[in-house]
Amino acid sequence: MSKPEFVYVTYIETTPQQLWEALTDGDFTERYWFGVRLRSDWKMGSSFEMVHGDGSVSDAGKVVEYDPPKRLAYTFVNLSETYRNDIPALATFELEPHGKLVKLTLTHAGFAEGGKMLPAISKGWPAILSSLKSMLETGRPLEIPRTAIKPEG
Amino acid sequence: MDEVFKALADASRRSLLDRLHARNGQTLNDLCDGLAMTRQAVTKHLAILEQANLVTTIRHGREKLHYLNPVPIHQIGERWIKKFERGKLAALGELKRQLEQRDE
Repeated sequence: MSKPEFVYVTYIETTPQQLWEALTDGDFTERYWFGVRLRSDWKMGSSFEMVHGDGSVSDAGKVVEYDPPKRLAYTFVNLSETYRNDIPALATFELEPHGKLVKLTLTHAGFAEGGKMLPAISKGWPAILSSLKSMLETGRPLEIPRTAIKPEG
Repeated sequence: MDEVFKALADASRRSLLDRLHARNGQTLNDLCDGLAMTRQAVTKHLAILEQANLVTTIRHGREKLHYLNPVPIHQIGERWIKKFERGKLAALGELKRQLEQRDE
């Protein structure tokens, strides 16, 4: 297997069970993941989808590992025309308890050469993981204001 | 967060982060290559970066690979910048970019 393109680590003051729920339950993901609900029955090989508020599906793939509350892995790729040269890459989450904290390691591997998913996820994951950490520790996800991504006109 | 700032307050360590930013997932040998630093010094700096969670390592076969971990830096941005000034900074960043492009 090729080496992962990205490895992200964050330490979250929570329990593995709570973090697991936050990673797999659509009601949770909607709160910290730019309003995205993850949809899957989480059986090996089942479909995995990112569903938006209007019901549209932006990204889809398959469940590869589901071993609560330790390891979760799924593939996904954005379905829009922009990403037509991309292939589903594998995101793997590992949860390790360390006292009061849980170390969450996310590796992402298997992107298409020259594709557009890699630059997109490398911006997306740090924001999503920060927001997830904030939600679990303070009860509030980070609100990412529009002004944060658009210059003032 | 103290550790993050301490780790960033050193030009050699920032240059190691730059190298990982340019190419993620490098071995110690890759990182030492072409640097005017001893292997020992690089190892020490990497340990400090890892302690601050700015660099993370994984085993890949027989190799230990180093990755830039942008999550703590993102959190600094959220904590001190985004709340107040991000919009203005984004505008200034854009202006700087356009001016620099014009220079080229």
